[in-house]
Amino acid sequence: MSTFDNPFDPNRRLHAGGCSCGQHVSEAEHQAAQLQVQSAIESEQKRYEGVVASAVMRAIFPQDVARRAFLKSVGAATAAAALSQFFPLKTATEAFAQGGPLEKKDLKVGFIPITCATPIIMAAPMGFYAKNGLNVEVIKTAGWAVIRDKTINKEYDAAHMLSPMPLAITMGAGSNPIPYTMPAVENINGQAITLSIKHKDKRNPKDWKGFKFAVPFDYSMHNYLLRYYLAEHGIDPDTDVQIRAVPPPEMVANLRADNIDGFLGPDPMNQRAVFDGAGFIHILTKDIWEGHPCCAFAASKEFVTTMPNTYGALLKSIIEATAYAHKAENRKEIAAAIAPANYLNQPPIVLEQILTGTFADGLGNIVQQPNRVDFDPFPWQSFAVWIMTQMKRWGQIKGDIDYAGIAAQVYLATDAAKLMKEAGLTPPAATTKSFSVMGKTFDPAKPEDYLASFKIRKAS
Amino acid sequence: MTSSLRFRAAVVSIVLFAAFLGIWHLATRPTAATTTMSPEYAKLMGLTATQGKSAMPGPSDVGAKLWEHLRQPFYDNGPNDKGLGIQLGYSIARVGLGYLLAVIVAIPLGFLIGMSPLISRAIDPFIQILKPISPLAWMPLALYTIKDSSISAIFVIFICSVWPMLLNTAFGVAAVRKEWINVARTLEVGTVRRAFTVILPAAAPTILTGMRISIGIAWLVIVAAEMLVGGTGIGYFVWNEWNNLSITNVIIAILMIGIVGMLLDQILARFTRMVTFPE
Repeated sequence: MSTFDNPFDPNRRLHAGGCSCGQHVSEAEHQAAQLQVQSAIESEQKRYEGVVASAVMRAIFPQDVARRAFLKSVGAATAAAALSQFFPLKTATEAFAQGGPLEKKDLKVGFIPITCATPIIMAAPMGFYAKNGLNVEVIKTAGWAVIRDKTINKEYDAAHMLSPMPLAITMGAGSNPIPYTMPAVENINGQAITLSIKHKDKRNPKDWKGFKFAVPFDYSMHNYLLRYYLAEHGIDPDTDVQIRAVPPPEMVANLRADNIDGFLGPDPMNQRAVFDGAGFIHILTKDIWEGHPCCAFAASKEFVTTMPNTYGALLKSIIEATAYAHKAENRKEIAAAIAPANYLNQPPIVLEQILTGTFADGLGNIVQQPNRVDFDPFPWQSFAVWIMTQMKRWGQIKGDIDYAGIAAQVYLATDAAKLMKEAGLTPPAATTKSFSVMGKTFDPAKPEDYLASFKIRKAS
Repeated sequence: MTSSLRFRAAVVSIVLFAAFLGIWHLATRPTAATTTMSPEYAKLMGLTATQGKSAMPGPSDVGAKLWEHLRQPFYDNGPNDKGLGIQLGYSIARVGLGYLLAVIVAIPLGFLIGMSPLISRAIDPFIQILKPISPLAWMPLALYTIKDSSISAIFVIFICSVWPMLLNTAFGVAAVRKEWINVARTLEVGTVRRAFTVILPAAAPTILTGMRISIGIAWLVIVAAEMLVGGTGIGYFVWNEWNNLSITNVIIAILMIGIVGMLLDQILARFTRMVTFPE
């Protein structure tokens, strides 16, 4: 379920295929039509109320089915009224929307030049930061380790990170443990496995023994998804193939130079490999796990607690930008805004193909996948739990892990829960949802069972 | 005779350069498109894929792009997109600062080592170990402890350019002819005065040779350091264009790095000639 769906709508379909009113081919089209009507009458303020109310609604009814039953029996209007009875929605919205005076106005936010950073980047040229009274410089950074160090050094106030990084930093995997938070997911989906053009007949992963793959960073969704995909096809990612950490731009050059056979990388590099005729897109990661998180917006716990108003304004800008990027009709405009040298420094046609989802696959076909990349900020804690199961699966972390505890500490889905606590309520523990990866359902309540169910894993 | 030699050398240089450009041009000519594509598909693809354009730019591509950069060396389109002139300026400023720090430390210390055999022997093992460390090995350590990327870059320049200067100064000072120092002693010249009026002029050519080696190292280091920490500077420019897979801009940056490096070296070479005297 997307954050921008309306959780107060009892008729909303919970699964893909057709739309809830029956007049559109897909739910996405239905929403687009509805949004057009809505946006005419809806002010910005209204949308915040929506976001806050949605978060609370979700926190109280983490199970889709239960929420639906409740809404069916009492009606959406009554539900909203009932909710505001015991949760100060208005106050929460105001606190979220206005905040107090900003502690700091000039901020530096680091990013890696990939399309995953779209909301963080576009918020600068398209004025989302400025609207919230912030003067944000978005700074292009050379690599994930540098972005980690510069954020730890406080050169950056907040940064674009890979969604496993705040977990790794908090747990002290690959660096000293520093409490880190991830208040928003940047993008969902949006990666792909790209193979060298010479392998265009080897589409079955079982033939990939001995291949050399690249991923951008050890603590990345790219690494976990590639390993997962290979292992599901019976290839042991530690012994049958080689997986190297390679900075994204070097992936394309190495692919062309025949140094690697393929990579699971961020865009624009997949599309760039196609554009330059060096590779083809084997599979989009959305076909491995529909709706998987990828990059994230991260800040240190210290920043969140010492500058709550600035943090609020920054998070608000990011969520606004994410909401804007979520709409398919804005994607072309966004591609044009982030293409210049100051931001992604890529040919606009490449970015357009990625963001609109109408793209050349490198084998002569034009593919249409409107949700090739999508933008949805809600940091489901079950995402964090899944990531930790994979970290443990591949030996990055060892021993007993407090999955739920770390997830709650880092993935600030609890912003809503925190507000509830302040109002004297006991927030429900679940800010999680179940999902399936390559047809295998993940139950966030039983991470160890899930972990034990994998045949291929690093012996520990 | 010399002028004719110079003239002939210039001619050979030009011929070599023209041959180089010619081979480069021939090697990067586009091949004909190999596959047939539908026009809609071709619109989504780059020139390399559709027209068989070489992935390496030819000399004319580089020339055109260079002209574009030279016409507008100082534009500023926000924190991540600045003109080539501004980027070079940042790098030169960083090198200047790190190098100056190295001079301040290396020359007095070099004097001390050169004048005292005891200190020379005591410090020697440290110098020998620290001297061969690559700049990039220092970088993570610097970032971690200094906690500021631009100061880290300056520190790395300092640490890498200090050793040749230190060793050359020590060697130059130790190798000053004993007769001259004895003469100074006989005339009852004090230690400080002796250092400035006798040893310094005698050791100056060696010291400046060390400084000349150091500036070359500093300029090598800055590109690597800026590629790693990013932000500004010519090294960042190379990284940024590499990120865009723009080999044309990378070649232009390499050319610029070479030219600036040569100019820095020539400036110190001129100083060396000024202080050298015939014996």
